[in-house]
Amino acid sequence: MDFAIQTRQLTVAYGAEPALWSVDVDIPLLGMTGIIGPNGAGKSTLLKAILGTVPTLSGRVELGAGDSSHGSSEIGYVPQRTGVDWDFPTSVLDLVMMGTYGRLKWFQRPGKNERAASMEALRQVQMDEFANRQIGELSVGQQKRVFIARAFVQQASIYLMDEPFAGVDAKTEKMLVEILHRLRDQGNTIVMVHHDLTTVTRYFDHVVLLNRTLVACGSTSEVFTSENIERAYGVPCKPTLDSP
Amino acid sequence: MMWDGLFTDYTARVVIAGSAMIGAVSGALGCFAYLRRQSLIGDVVSHASLLGIVLAFWIGYLVSGEGNKSLWILVPGAIAAGVGSLLLTKLITGRTRIKEDAGLGLMLAVFFGTGMMLLRWLQRSRPPIPGRAGLEDYLFGMAAAITQDDLWMIALLAVVSFAALILCWSRLKILTFDPVYMAGIGLPVRRLEALMLCLLVVGIVIGLQIVGVVLTVALLIAPASAARQWTRHLGPMVTLGAAIGSISAASGALVSATFDHLPTGPCIVVILNAVFVVSLLFAPRRGLLYRRKKRFVN
Repeated sequence: MDFAIQTRQLTVAYGAEPALWSVDVDIPLLGMTGIIGPNGAGKSTLLKAILGTVPTLSGRVELGAGDSSHGSSEIGYVPQRTGVDWDFPTSVLDLVMMGTYGRLKWFQRPGKNERAASMEALRQVQMDEFANRQIGELSVGQQKRVFIARAFVQQASIYLMDEPFAGVDAKTEKMLVEILHRLRDQGNTIVMVHHDLTTVTRYFDHVVLLNRTLVACGSTSEVFTSENIERAYGVPCKPTLDSP
Repeated sequence: MMWDGLFTDYTARVVIAGSAMIGAVSGALGCFAYLRRQSLIGDVVSHASLLGIVLAFWIGYLVSGEGNKSLWILVPGAIAAGVGSLLLTKLITGRTRIKEDAGLGLMLAVFFGTGMMLLRWLQRSRPPIPGRAGLEDYLFGMAAAITQDDLWMIALLAVVSFAALILCWSRLKILTFDPVYMAGIGLPVRRLEALMLCLLVVGIVIGLQIVGVVLTVALLIAPASAARQWTRHLGPMVTLGAAIGSISAASGALVSATFDHLPTGPCIVVILNAVFVVSLLFAPRRGLLYRRKKRFVN
C-alpha cells in the first residue's frame, strides 16, 4: 500500500509535557483518515507536526514525496477557526486567494488566474455568491467553507483539516462531508481531526486513534473497535456502528 | 498675510513637506500595528528610542567634539534602541514566565527612564555641550527643527518603507491575517516577521521629530483606527491611513508654526483625534450614528 504520510517515533513537546510520544502512523494515499482521541491527545499537534509548523523533539515525518521540515504548499491546510481576526479588512475572495500565495514569487501579486481559481474553489463549496462579502459577515459554517476553499486553491493532493465540523450545524456538516467525499473520490488524501465518535464509521476510510501515544491506526472497520476506543479514552465506550 | 508668508517661506516648506512625509509613513505602517493588535508596541518603541537618541547624540559629541542633532545621527540610534527594546522583550518573555505585556511595560520604563536620566545629565553637564539645546524637544516634537538635511533622511525612510510595503504586499498581508496558515503553506514566517518589526520601528521612529516620544503612538494608531472605519479592504485602508496621517501631520505642523508657544506634537494629535472622532461617529456601516440609525429603523 502507498502512504501519503508516515511518521516514525514522532515526539513533540510543549515545555516539559510531551504532547506526542513516539508516534508511528501510516496514513494511506487516497481516502479519508480521521484522527480521533480525547481532548489534549495531541491531535492538532500531529497535524502541525506533519505540516512542519511545530518543532519536533525527535522522530521524523515523511510525505509521499520527500520530507516536510518547513511546511509545504502541496499540503492544503484548514486550521481551526480560532486565531483569525474576523474583523480583518478583507473580502471572502481575498481570503481564498491567500491559498495561492505559496505559489507566488516574493514580489508577485495574485492575478487573473489566481482570481479565477479562487472563484472556482468558492463555487465548489457553494460560496461563490459571497465572494465580495466582508469575512466578518459570515456564519461559522460559511467561514469553514471559505477556509476549505482556500485549501482547494492550493491545488494540493493532501489536505489536513483541524476539526472542520466544530461549531457547524448538521445541515452544513452534511454538505461539507459531501464536498470532502467528492474531493476524496477525485483522488485526494484527506486527514482530519474529528470529535464526534458517532459519525466516524460513516465518514472515514481510515482511523488514527491517539492519546499522546498511538493507540491504533488502520482501516476504520479493523481499528475503530470498542476495545481501542476504551484504550484511547480511558473509559468504556461503545462505538456506534451505523451503516454507511 | 501670515499664511502667505508660510507657504513661500523656504523653512516652512521644508517643515510641511517633512511632516507630510512622516505622517504618510506612520499612517500607512500604523495600519499593520493596528491589525496585528500591537498598538502598544508603538508606545514602547517610541519611549525606548529616547535612549537611542540621547546616546547617539552623546556618541556623536564624543567623536566629533560637537553636538549634532541631525536625523542622520539620531535616527539610527532611535531605530537601534527601538529594535533592541523589542528583542529584549522577546528574550525576557521567552526565557522567563514574565508575560508579554509585563515585559513590554518593563522595557518601556527601563529604556525611557535611562534615556531621561541621560538627557538631563547631558543638558546640565559642565562645560555645556554645544548644540545640546533642543534635544528635549524630542519629548513632545518640534517640526520647526526639521532641516533640509533631515528632509533627505525622512525621504529615504519613506521610500524604503513604501517600497517594502508595495513589493512584499501579499506576504505582509497574509502574515498579518493568518501567520499559522502562512507557515503551513511553506512561506518564511520568521523572515517576514523580522521585516514587519523593522518596518514598524521605522514607522514609529520617523514620527519622533514631529510628535515626540510621548505622543508618537497617536500618529501610528489614530490614522489606522480612523481609516478602518471607512473601508473594508486592506489596500484602501493603508492608503487612507497614509493620507490621514500625512494631512494631519502637515496641518498640525502648520498650526504650530503659525502660533507661538504651540508644540507641534500636541497640535498634530488634536487634529488626528478630531479626524478619528468624526470617523467613529459618521462612517458608513461602522460609524456609531449609522449603527444607531440602523437599530432604530429595524
